[in-house]
Amino acid sequence: MSQARLSPGVRPGRLTPDQLARNFADVAPPLDAHEARVAADRCYFCHDAPCVTACPTSIDIPLFIRQIATGTPDAAAMTILHANILGGMCARVCPTETLCEGACVRMEAEGKPVEIGALQRFATDGLMAQPGHPFRRAAPTGRRVAVVGAGPAGLACAHRLAAKGHEVAIFEARPKPGGLNEYGIASYKAVDGFAQAEVEWLIGIGGITLRHGQRLGQQVTLDGLRADFDAVFLGMGLGGVNALRAEGEDRDNVLDAVAFIRDLRQADDLANLPVGRDVVVIGGGMTAVDAAVQARLLGAETVTIVYRRDRSRMGASRHEQDHATASGVRIICNAAPVAVHGNGSLAEVEFCHTEDGPDGLAMTGPHFRLRADQLFRAIGQRLDCAPEGLALEGGKIAVTGAGRTSLNGVWAGGDCALGGDDLTVTAVAEGRDAAEDIHAALTGGP
Amino acid sequence: MADLRSDFIGIRSPNPFWLASAPPTDKEYNVRRAFRAGWGGVVWKTLGAEGPPVVNVNGPRYGVIHGPDRRVLGLNNIELITDRPLEVNLREIKSVKRDYPDRALVISLMVPCDEESWKAILAAVEDTGADGVELNFGCPHGMSERGMGSAVGQVPEYIEMVTRWVKQHSRMPCIVKLTPNVTDVRKPAEAARRGGADAVSLINTINSITSVDLDLFAPQPTIDGKGAHGGYCGPAVKPIALNMVAEIARSPETRGLPISGIGGITTWRDAAEFMALGAGNVQVCTAAMTYGFKVVQEMISGLRDYLDTREMALTELIGRAVPNVTDWNQLNLNYVTKAVIDQDACIKCGRCYAACEDTSHQAIAMRPGRVFEVIEAECVACNLCVDVCPVEDCITMRELEPGETDPRTGQQRGAYANWTTHPNNPMARAAE
Repeated sequence: MSQARLSPGVRPGRLTPDQLARNFADVAPPLDAHEARVAADRCYFCHDAPCVTACPTSIDIPLFIRQIATGTPDAAAMTILHANILGGMCARVCPTETLCEGACVRMEAEGKPVEIGALQRFATDGLMAQPGHPFRRAAPTGRRVAVVGAGPAGLACAHRLAAKGHEVAIFEARPKPGGLNEYGIASYKAVDGFAQAEVEWLIGIGGITLRHGQRLGQQVTLDGLRADFDAVFLGMGLGGVNALRAEGEDRDNVLDAVAFIRDLRQADDLANLPVGRDVVVIGGGMTAVDAAVQARLLGAETVTIVYRRDRSRMGASRHEQDHATASGVRIICNAAPVAVHGNGSLAEVEFCHTEDGPDGLAMTGPHFRLRADQLFRAIGQRLDCAPEGLALEGGKIAVTGAGRTSLNGVWAGGDCALGGDDLTVTAVAEGRDAAEDIHAALTGGP
Repeated sequence: MADLRSDFIGIRSPNPFWLASAPPTDKEYNVRRAFRAGWGGVVWKTLGAEGPPVVNVNGPRYGVIHGPDRRVLGLNNIELITDRPLEVNLREIKSVKRDYPDRALVISLMVPCDEESWKAILAAVEDTGADGVELNFGCPHGMSERGMGSAVGQVPEYIEMVTRWVKQHSRMPCIVKLTPNVTDVRKPAEAARRGGADAVSLINTINSITSVDLDLFAPQPTIDGKGAHGGYCGPAVKPIALNMVAEIARSPETRGLPISGIGGITTWRDAAEFMALGAGNVQVCTAAMTYGFKVVQEMISGLRDYLDTREMALTELIGRAVPNVTDWNQLNLNYVTKAVIDQDACIKCGRCYAACEDTSHQAIAMRPGRVFEVIEAECVACNLCVDVCPVEDCITMRELEPGETDPRTGQQRGAYANWTTHPNNPMARAAE
């Protein structure tokens, strides 16, 4: 097997099925009831708690932790889900170290926050494992809303609208719902098909129709949706990937990290998934880390993340960076790609050392080369195929207030819309708040 | 190194830490383990009269109150006195005492309230070589329904009568164990003294229902769907016990009566507090039942360390705080303090703010950036913020200097003055 593991090129089956199963197991196994009680005991029930302020969906964290501590985890789950209907996924993928847990006063006290993410998962997993759906719909309003994109923003929006009594149709381009929850996060963060299970549970509220293979601008148009529905919410995310702008970028085995991550998530058998022996990932965000770590877990011998700025500027949190280095990923900072070398296929990537000065990034340093038979671009995504007539800003859909676009009756949220970090939890907040605004507009409320 | 040797009413022990009469002291096996672990003395679990022993329930005997992380804060028990034959206990006591002559071995007793019963058991106990007896007038469950335990302890005349019989029929030192299930613990203590008791020990357990099973709708511990009140002990009862010990230590009628302190003693510090309030030694049960006999080693090293640091003898500790226990009307109303928040130690949880704003005097301001500051003009120095703050010594109380103006009242801090002379007191005496 070691022969297969170390052979050059991009090839599948570098590791045994057992090794793969171990590598892609749940990265943060759930708390059992005892662990949850011990963890919950540590919460101080702060006044106007900083963790709540730090949460984009403003979950009442001290309350739900107290509900766990007093033996009512289902009530805790309802506290979470009222604010964030995708609280189960957020418990798994949120960068809690920069959000709620980063703000926990226990950080100041002893450098160890209350395990808010793990507690949230404990509560939501318990409730979602029960049959039925815990939310009830209001009386039907007779209003119909189109939601574009079954990702976190669209799903949160759809659920809140359905709860208000509206009928919702979700138009999704891909064959499965979930958006980045399904296609865009590392496999070990949401094991056992959790993303699909969560969507199924969510639409259990009723009043939500999912239509697949419906890409905006192809099978459906914004004009058509506006004509057929009382309101439209756009939450289609960012479909495009930024280019490296390095010479030779078109060589074989130069790929988008998001595609690699998607293929990993969708693979029936990871042993069939090809990966390079020497992998280079360019970028500094969560996507770069997810791609790099998973390349290692698939059996790549060397994996290097190269980021053009200083380490402190990386989009991936310190926790994510540590996770990468602990997985055997090397992180090189202050270096930008200038050329991709190779004879047809990729063989080496050439970088230039950079300096981040007041006038921007200066590519002044010496050059160096890294051996690579696979290169992943993880330098950000962009909106593609934005419908005509929508005002854009900074490459995204311009919004005011709770996701109102420049077009009457059209709202937008999530990564495709301006504002907020490109996080699942931010998308949920934007979808939810847009739904409230849509509801108010449709029912003549304030 | 401080000398921890103790002489309590003539009973000597290598340290003042005794195990109280309770399940840990029910038989030879446990008591030998206790002595090997280092306990200075043991009060053997209560013996009853000769004849068929009592029986215990065969379901749960204990209920519990937990703090965070399932820390045991209080135990409740419905166990009775020893359920082993008298002759077995006596034989074992004799055997243990022979092997541990340096340790204190006191025998707890509870027999029917007649002179013959007491006379009979005293002779038998004396024969074991035990160092003394403790009269169990405290047990609040089961035995009290049969006219023993706290049924005796709640009637001072009975205490006096039985104590007198014991002193009449025995040369052994006699400790009377008091129940806290009375309105004024000084009355039974006075009765014990009148009857000739050498000492009192307190507190026995407090009548309690620890919890209710919300599925069965029955008190816990639950025996076949029913529950009875039990006796409450452990760290939760310590404040009640400390007060009762202090009441007896400072009352003119009982002052000087030796006290064996009992009630939630878990650490050396608890023991030192009981002794400072007048206890000549202490008895421990729940801490041992929670953590095992080894806890005594921390008590020994901790008390020794404390005495060494203060260069104080054990005898100097005993009763040292008693003169400072007073009535409310003697407290200095011109003593003024203000809360001070150490901003460097503050972790910004805001509990002080919530407590003060919602339930007290609105004397803490929440500034931008979660900075919490005391508003001295509102602070009445209630100490609630200090109590709820999770960080020790983050909030402290600063005493105003004499002559310094209290921004709340606009008054300068004056000399000592108490309620008895306060102008608002209709009963005030003119200051002399």
